[in-house]
Amino acid sequence: MALPKRHVVPPSGVREIRPHVYEIPREHRPGMRVPGVIFADPDLIEAAAADRAIEQVANVAFLPGIVRASYAMPDIHWGYGFPIGGVAAMAVDGVVSPGGVGFDISCGVRLLRTDIEAKDARGRMAQIMHELSRNIPKGLGGRGKITLTLTQIAGVLGQGVKWCIDNGYGWPEDANFVEQSGAYPGADPDLVSAHAKGRGVNQLGTVGSGNHFVEVQEVAEVFDNQAATTLGLFPGQLVVMIHSGSRGVGHQVCTDYLKEMGRVTKEYGFELPDRQLACAPLDSAAGKNYLKAMAAAGNFGLANRQAIAHLVRQSFEVLFGTGAMALGMRLIYDVSHNIAQFENHELDGKTTELCVHRKGATRAFGPGRPEVPAAYSEIGQPVMIPGDMGTASYVLVGTEQSMRECWGSTCHGAGRVMSRKAAVKQMGGRALLAELSAKGIVVEAGNVRMLSEEAPYAYKDVSRVVDVCEAVGLSKKVAKLRPLGVLKG
Amino acid sequence: MSEHFFEVVEHTADVGIRSEASSLPRLFSNIAMGMTSLMADPRKVEPAESKKIEIEAEDLEGLLVEWLNELIYLIDAENLIFSRFEISDLSETHLAATVSGEAIDPTKHELKVQVKAATYHQLKIEKKDSSWSAQVIFDI
Repeated sequence: MALPKRHVVPPSGVREIRPHVYEIPREHRPGMRVPGVIFADPDLIEAAAADRAIEQVANVAFLPGIVRASYAMPDIHWGYGFPIGGVAAMAVDGVVSPGGVGFDISCGVRLLRTDIEAKDARGRMAQIMHELSRNIPKGLGGRGKITLTLTQIAGVLGQGVKWCIDNGYGWPEDANFVEQSGAYPGADPDLVSAHAKGRGVNQLGTVGSGNHFVEVQEVAEVFDNQAATTLGLFPGQLVVMIHSGSRGVGHQVCTDYLKEMGRVTKEYGFELPDRQLACAPLDSAAGKNYLKAMAAAGNFGLANRQAIAHLVRQSFEVLFGTGAMALGMRLIYDVSHNIAQFENHELDGKTTELCVHRKGATRAFGPGRPEVPAAYSEIGQPVMIPGDMGTASYVLVGTEQSMRECWGSTCHGAGRVMSRKAAVKQMGGRALLAELSAKGIVVEAGNVRMLSEEAPYAYKDVSRVVDVCEAVGLSKKVAKLRPLGVLKG
Repeated sequence: MSEHFFEVVEHTADVGIRSEASSLPRLFSNIAMGMTSLMADPRKVEPAESKKIEIEAEDLEGLLVEWLNELIYLIDAENLIFSRFEISDLSETHLAATVSGEAIDPTKHELKVQVKAATYHQLKIEKKDSSWSAQVIFDI
């Protein structure tokens, strides 16, 4: 799709250096160690400026050890310290910053395929969503079906998806199709506080509120036949997408370590333009402890989506009267968009280990990378982009060009454009339900009054965001998915 | 139940509470009540059960964030929501309080958003003449 061409003056401090690539030069603010680079189009860059997110991209460039540039994706909006949609790679003698990972550590997306054709299920969508709603707790006060002891949660934090599989929540092969094979390396449950564990024991297998969801979707369009076939997708297919994270565990770990990092940043004398960029050297005790706790919280996020997927499979078994395996409900892939990882990248002609922060940005490694599951090696790593409930979600793959442009990264979603209050003012929850219903979308919401906060009009156009990423070469579209049933907190 | 003054601050992705008070303990309690109001109707929350809180921080802003995050922990881990905040000690670096509320009940409390963390974003505590004011943005 051709993107709109407009000749407009970019916001102050920013210049377009290539189509869809905007640079904030180092001279913009003394103290910037590298330039800022924002992937966008004329409208998206204006929105970023209005949101003050451009200044946040510049702020990140102050961090010690940052390599090449402070990057931002087209769905950028302001966040805590780092903007949401930010990517920053640090040399191993640089720093790690919890603000570059986010509160919801390992918030991410998982996609399950089925052999079912959407047209055969559409007539039963209300029944399908009701069954899912019965089995998968959501929203404030939603207690999980799985209650963990403190010993068990330590297992989840240490082993991630493997703990779930060993305890009967999933298939052994699932782990092969999760980022990092289902567990982030270096996780240490002992570095996760009692508070964080206390929040998590009742939350395994819960969706949470806000923009998290379980969606039953139809493959509406296939852009890349070879990739779609390799992934197990076909036009008109029924699939299930899960968007959720590490719930209270990740939030508490972030809270705990932001406090700790605040102290450490002062001790090291780092001059940072924003308190929320609090950081510690990667090779310091504080830095290592954060990474180990972050990995553990990340494992909770992966395990949470694994547990939710298990409940989805169980629900479908009841609905369709046959086993989930017989229904072909294989896991296509699961990837986070809030995490920091050590990765090898080409830097000045040498393979160099970097710590890559991605907050509201998704890893998008290209074909042949060892981190990509063997079955997908030819096509690249899958990326799922959750859209809003009225429009579309996408399946993409990473590319070799992405490795060169942005450490193998792409966007994560659409990003909000209006406050929750403004969204609710525009349309009430019941009216929105009726409008979605008229489009053939069944919604099971934990809180109808608040539903408009998550209305499609409150978000950027996800198709536009995905197209900019494709134009730059960060990722390639494989399929567009249309929501049929939405489960929200 | 005495009056708590607070205002909701709108943001694109998250939400905040702003308040003014004649004393620091009052300010802290106003903001806590404001946070409750984001999650439920505070008038429907009975102060039936009490919990003691004691926390420390490096500075006043840190203490405010720590106070709110401690409440968030109790809300999430123990499924409680609070409508009374009695602060017995408050210095630049230390706070002790008794907070009262009840178990979260979707049928009674008219639940709204889930507040997941208090942040340092745009956090400022200011004293002007005899009045304290502050604004806290929450991750929701």
